[in-house]
Amino acid sequence: MTKNFNVILKTEPGLSRKIIEEISQAKDEPSWMKELRIKSLEYFMNRSNPTFGVDISPLDLNSIVNYVRPGAQNERSWEDVPEDIRENFEKLGIPEAERKALSGVGAQYDSEVVYHNMKESLSKLGVIFLEMGMAVKTYPDLVKKYFMKLIPPNDHKFAALHGAVWSGGTFIYVPPDVNVPMPIQSYYLMGSPGMGQFEHTLIVVDKGAKLEFIEGCSGQNYSVSNMHAGAVEIYVGEGATVKFSTIENWAKNTYNLNTKRASIDKDGTIIWISGTMGSAKTMLYPSSILKGKGARTEYTTITYAGPGQHLDTGTKVFHFAPYTSSKVDSRSISFGGGYAFYRGLVRVSESAVHSKSSVDCSALMVDDISKSDTLPIIEVMNNESEIGHEAYVGKINEDQIYYLMSRGLNEDDARALIVRGFLEPFIKQLPFEYAVEFNRLINMHFNSKIG
Amino acid sequence: MELIKIVDLHALIGEKEIIKGVNITINSNEIHAIMGPNGAGKTTLINVIMGNPKYKISSGDILFKGKSILDLSVDERAKLGIFQSFQYPEEISGVTFMNFLKLAYEKVHPENQMKVLEFGDMLLKTADSLKIDRDFLKRYVNLGFSGGERKKSEILQLNVLNPQIALLDETDSGLDIDALRVVSNGINHAFERGMSILLVTHYKRILDYVRPNFVHVFVDGRIVKTGGMEIAEELERNGYEEVRS
Repeated sequence: MTKNFNVILKTEPGLSRKIIEEISQAKDEPSWMKELRIKSLEYFMNRSNPTFGVDISPLDLNSIVNYVRPGAQNERSWEDVPEDIRENFEKLGIPEAERKALSGVGAQYDSEVVYHNMKESLSKLGVIFLEMGMAVKTYPDLVKKYFMKLIPPNDHKFAALHGAVWSGGTFIYVPPDVNVPMPIQSYYLMGSPGMGQFEHTLIVVDKGAKLEFIEGCSGQNYSVSNMHAGAVEIYVGEGATVKFSTIENWAKNTYNLNTKRASIDKDGTIIWISGTMGSAKTMLYPSSILKGKGARTEYTTITYAGPGQHLDTGTKVFHFAPYTSSKVDSRSISFGGGYAFYRGLVRVSESAVHSKSSVDCSALMVDDISKSDTLPIIEVMNNESEIGHEAYVGKINEDQIYYLMSRGLNEDDARALIVRGFLEPFIKQLPFEYAVEFNRLINMHFNSKIG
Repeated sequence: MELIKIVDLHALIGEKEIIKGVNITINSNEIHAIMGPNGAGKTTLINVIMGNPKYKISSGDILFKGKSILDLSVDERAKLGIFQSFQYPEEISGVTFMNFLKLAYEKVHPENQMKVLEFGDMLLKTADSLKIDRDFLKRYVNLGFSGGERKKSEILQLNVLNPQIALLDETDSGLDIDALRVVSNGINHAFERGMSILLVTHYKRILDYVRPNFVHVFVDGRIVKTGGMEIAEELERNGYEEVRS
């Protein structure tokens, strides 16, 4: 159980210009940010809900508390974080993980970051790793140049909402040719009932630099709805490489309406490792905009939909320059009545000649009551590109179960092993602790004890 | 010692009777060959002994060391020491042979738990002794295997899991002469370790390498004749027509 603790400032439920101004004032923000929030609020009020994806009508935005400031400052020393919040994070293995193999760790509880630390050697190299609000104040010009430029506030209704009420999140800047040797990790935890979390992650990796970033998300289950509408903007510079790994394991009362987008310059690479298993409903389509010649993107994603879940996820790739390439391996599991929907888009523009794209999406349904759909869209506007696509939707077959049982596995273990094998390409990309945790989750869902 | 005893067994798939009164007793460390034409029900017999839920037993019994196993699930039968090799073993993507066999071994030999390294060692030794490429162990279970590779994979599993009785379903079909030698050698190896073998086949060819104690002729759901190697030779000369009539 997550422990409750003192909340210092909490806005009234719902949204109004007054609430937005309250948030901005509490954060002591520059005026351009306050204006961005107010403009976003206008867009939000005027936009209708998306016409595709999950049913969000049960979500009452007027009852969601948009800003919850925990009774804690942003601390650099773990011991200074209040004990009850610390306990909640320690259950998740943070910051134990930091001591082992991370360059830096940030931890956000509800709307604010409560803990933040980075190895000194990295700050000497000019790497910036800050809580987003702090970055707005410390590096206003740098932040202003990139903030909500890839995901403009009027992009869609929930991007607008995000622009209006965003709070917390992570800012990372890696200077040219700096190779960040170990991953940086941010962890987001929702602890209060009926709240919304709207963290903003902005990552700028300059020419020839390298970064691996891990994002973990979870939350406590309450009977009222929680909402998550984060935004991730990643700028991959010329020849730079970013690996962005996410595990989204929000509580089962959460509406996760999230936006992630990367722009990739000449010869840059982005690698997305993305796992969506939590939430009641999710809409999430990480996008790659390949705008420089030779830019590359790779996706390994899984969506894991169990009882009561409807997860609408996918990938979007825009090839805007010649010799760009994309590779998508997207898998979903649905079980116990869960519904997984894959929505993919690859668009190769007229000028993106000699581009390559391969999309492989597969869906495995574990039983008869679960559902799965795939909707891959490929649009190619030139004749000089190589495009490949494979799709598979299937059910676990009884002969496979029989085969494994004839080797001594019981039926539950057999199912769990098949599911695990199906997810192997994803699991083997995960940091060790996450892989262990993921296998534990599969065992729990399939009532299996295999090691 | 009496290992498996099948008593007047009748079995159906759907409404159709396939096994029509089979009696057979297999003692420990014996090789039995069952020969018969296509569609006689040989594969069904193996599936029924293993407990495949697709088939229903309408009467009769299967005893393992004197106790009926009809109420046992497939994995419980495997844990008693019954092993089935398949003509077309299933592919399990994302699971390496190494991990799969370790898991299976833990299930069928809970009394003999090995450390990962020790187990790996045993696997390599077994593969080497059967002249099966070590590369197998790193590959995903049966994924993209050729027909010959699948048969070898089954024989490797047999020797690693070391059951008391192996039910081998046309393990020789579709093999070239080199692969047939590897597979036969693997069966003999298992026999030398004390296993019993029930070998289902169309052809006498494999019996030049694996010498059975008993040959049964299986036609239309029942055993019509039992004897020694001379029966296999007779079948090779005259075909199944003669025994059928």
